[in-house]
Amino acid sequence: MRIIIVGCGKVGSTIAAELNSEGHRITVVDNNDEAVANLTNSYDIMGVTGNGASYDTLKEAEVDSADLIIAVTGSDELNLYACLLARSAGIQHTIARVRNPEYIKDMPKVKDILGLSLYINPELVCAREMDRLLKFPGAIEIDTFAKGVVELIKIIVPENSFLANVKVSSTSSAFKGTVRICTIERDNETFIPNGDFVIMPNDKLSFIASPSDATKLLKKLGFLSGRSRSVVILGGSKTAFYLAAFLIASGVDVKIIEKNKLRCEELAERLHNATIINGNCMDLDLIKSEGVQFADGIVALMNNDEENILISLYLRKNSSAKIITKINNSSFGSIVDGLQLDSIINPKSLAGELIAEYVRSMQNTVGSNVETLYNISSHNDAEALEFRVREESKITGIPLKDLKLKENLQIACINRNGKIIRPSGGDTIELHDTVIVVTKHRGLSDIKDILK
Amino acid sequence: MNKRIVLYILGWIMIVEGVAMQLPFIVSLIYKEQNGFYFLVTGLALILLGFLIVIKRPKNMTMYQKEGFVSTALSWIVLSLAGALPFFLSGEISGFENAFFETMSGFTTTGASVVSDVEKLSNCMNFWRSLSIWLGGMGVLVFLLALIPKVGGQQNMYLMKAESPGPIFGKVTPKIRDYAAILYIVYFGLTLLEFIFLMCGGMPIFDAINVSLSTAGTGGFGIRSAGMAAYDTYYLQTVIAVFMLLFGINFSAYLLIIARKFRQAFRISEIWVYLGIIVVATIAIAINLNGLYPSFYDCIHQSFFYVTSILTTTGFGITDINMWPAFSKALIIVITFVGACAGSTGGGFKISRIIILFKELKKELAIIVHPHKVHTVKMDGKKISHETVRSISNYLILYVLLFFVSFVVISFDNIDFATNFTAVAATLNNTGPGLSAVGTVGNYAAFSPVSKFMLSFTMLAGRLELFPLILIFFPAAWKKNG
Repeated sequence: MRIIIVGCGKVGSTIAAELNSEGHRITVVDNNDEAVANLTNSYDIMGVTGNGASYDTLKEAEVDSADLIIAVTGSDELNLYACLLARSAGIQHTIARVRNPEYIKDMPKVKDILGLSLYINPELVCAREMDRLLKFPGAIEIDTFAKGVVELIKIIVPENSFLANVKVSSTSSAFKGTVRICTIERDNETFIPNGDFVIMPNDKLSFIASPSDATKLLKKLGFLSGRSRSVVILGGSKTAFYLAAFLIASGVDVKIIEKNKLRCEELAERLHNATIINGNCMDLDLIKSEGVQFADGIVALMNNDEENILISLYLRKNSSAKIITKINNSSFGSIVDGLQLDSIINPKSLAGELIAEYVRSMQNTVGSNVETLYNISSHNDAEALEFRVREESKITGIPLKDLKLKENLQIACINRNGKIIRPSGGDTIELHDTVIVVTKHRGLSDIKDILK
Repeated sequence: MNKRIVLYILGWIMIVEGVAMQLPFIVSLIYKEQNGFYFLVTGLALILLGFLIVIKRPKNMTMYQKEGFVSTALSWIVLSLAGALPFFLSGEISGFENAFFETMSGFTTTGASVVSDVEKLSNCMNFWRSLSIWLGGMGVLVFLLALIPKVGGQQNMYLMKAESPGPIFGKVTPKIRDYAAILYIVYFGLTLLEFIFLMCGGMPIFDAINVSLSTAGTGGFGIRSAGMAAYDTYYLQTVIAVFMLLFGINFSAYLLIIARKFRQAFRISEIWVYLGIIVVATIAIAINLNGLYPSFYDCIHQSFFYVTSILTTTGFGITDINMWPAFSKALIIVITFVGACAGSTGGGFKISRIIILFKELKKELAIIVHPHKVHTVKMDGKKISHETVRSISNYLILYVLLFFVSFVVISFDNIDFATNFTAVAATLNNTGPGLSAVGTVGNYAAFSPVSKFMLSFTMLAGRLELFPLILIFFPAAWKKNG
């Protein structure tokens, strides 16, 4: 597909990198020629310097032959206007980043008038993700498949749990129903385990299951499965506001600590049921006196990555709460991993992934049969893909044990009309099923690609 | 420096060359020549060696500018070393330095020859000379990228950047593969068109193929001892001249025309300057030549042919220009240095660089008049960044430096001044013929082996625009953390 990305900031770069690696033809547009040069030097994409909301610039980026425009500059107005212009030039799909909460409120009304296919608010996406993580405190990542019928959950294997130091094959008795182990991450490497693989404590283990089975398993493993009752948010950013609103709506007791007095007043005005504390989150006396360590959930949402990491490490030692840490700079991923923080959220890449997902689903209508795709490894080397089986082929109707699958690939789940099947050797893939496959191979575009 | 990926790219280059060598082998089968055997053997050996190298993909496929530059430069050296083997092994060109010089001259599209009588070479050898020009013209790595875009990992544009001539590298399509492919399609199409035109003028088919390949790469190898004078009709010589002119134009113009962006295509100022130089130089030389040829029309014809031949750095000749008056010769030497458009198959200093330098010069003068004036240099409506201007100025320094080094080194052979001076000019700018002993009817056989290697180096430096080749000798580039 031909895609124009307006704005070469962090979100724009993430999207460009992601979509380029999937083989799309990308043109990036930005006012800043250095930002454009940086991207065009590191990826096989074209760059145009200029204002993305001017017709001449868009023309230079060949808007008339593009299929999709993604406007992700820092300015909402510019993004919306660029999309509008591109629409008038005949582009079919437009995606705009809109961050201002006041604009977001009106979006459902004007979305059709503006001809937007999708608007995305990184802060809102981020808040929603955090909300979900607080729901499953023991999990470190949750992705949904098949419109929520199946969940992929990542946990750190606790010491002394019934999962530690056992073979994958011998866990199946403990896993009833739909649960299936997908990947295990250990020492910067991701494994797709076979039956003989031994699970070690502190491995990052991801499994797929229906939501109710997942809840049961998490409970059994000793992870608290109830929603956190009290949450402390450190830092009062936009994301904090959205997150607080979500939590309050489901009856959680929310406390926000924010340095800036004015911002505190603003938050207090708009979030009636939250406790807003004006103070420095890095002040340990304040943290102690506010009893932060006794909360069920703690979210570090300050602007500064380092502060977020530090305070999370401190609280991890002194509290049993579920801790979520926001980190903007993803370059040090492997080091941050070693710190054993509970959950890390990177808002920019989250937004980038969401857009990439939309592009994938858009593409489905023209060829590829991938319904959903998640990068499930923090080392970027394993993916979970959901395929729809659209036609009879050499794969359908044959017992799985007779299929010659690729190495490092496993069929995690078969969804037949909403019924979840945990696949075993005798099961078959049938027409109209959706199949979830976990693999270390890249670029699978059809269910047939899983064969050797 | 990621040495593993450099080796990997070299492996692919060997495979491409090995496959290309099968073409002259086919030619030898048609003409029942024994020496085609050497192409078969060398080609197969290259393919085998290449496969042994590329069979294992390097784990680390990251590449930066330095890897791009170094692998490009080494690729061209490997190409020429391996490409020289059939000449050398068959003994048709004696001495490895001669065979190497000839091949390097082909791949760099210089067209300087050490062979005194090309008609004595077998057809397959002559075809290989022409084919090397054609491949070198648009670039072998560009060809490789069109076929296997993943060869340089994600950062393959560093390869393209290193091989494409001109100060500014801009893609017209997002994907490098599409861009490389479309360049080769246009290139092939234009070559085919010339072939058809030459056939219409009654040129023998083998000659037409070779002349088309040689013109397309703006190389200048002929397969007749008399050079282009062998095709003694106004029609044929004019067709060749016009196609030389076309291949000297920035290929972006053709791509824009294909994309139906006519206005943008005709707004490229470099092309107008290029055409302007041709018109002015043709008329000036024609007036100067008046009386030397039977009619003024002949003077125009001679002048136009040679001006396009030299400006595009092809180097075809239809007469011995040593007989021309001094003014004409001087003008020819000047345009030798100018060269063709950036993004064409021609060599030289490149017209766009000259335009930018002149604009910078104008800016300098304006600053003397108005010391506080804010002035941006623009070309084709786009701002030329300070970085680009700086890099062109440094290019000029290196260009002059290399010229003098080469000039001094080959002067040890004690050949006359005009020969030495123009030999370096003709090799650095990838033109081919100079004046005196290396003029249109002469050749480079008289130089010593050391000079031949020096001139081969100069040719390659000129074709790759200096920096990639010079970087090999910069120790920091080879360090692991460099």
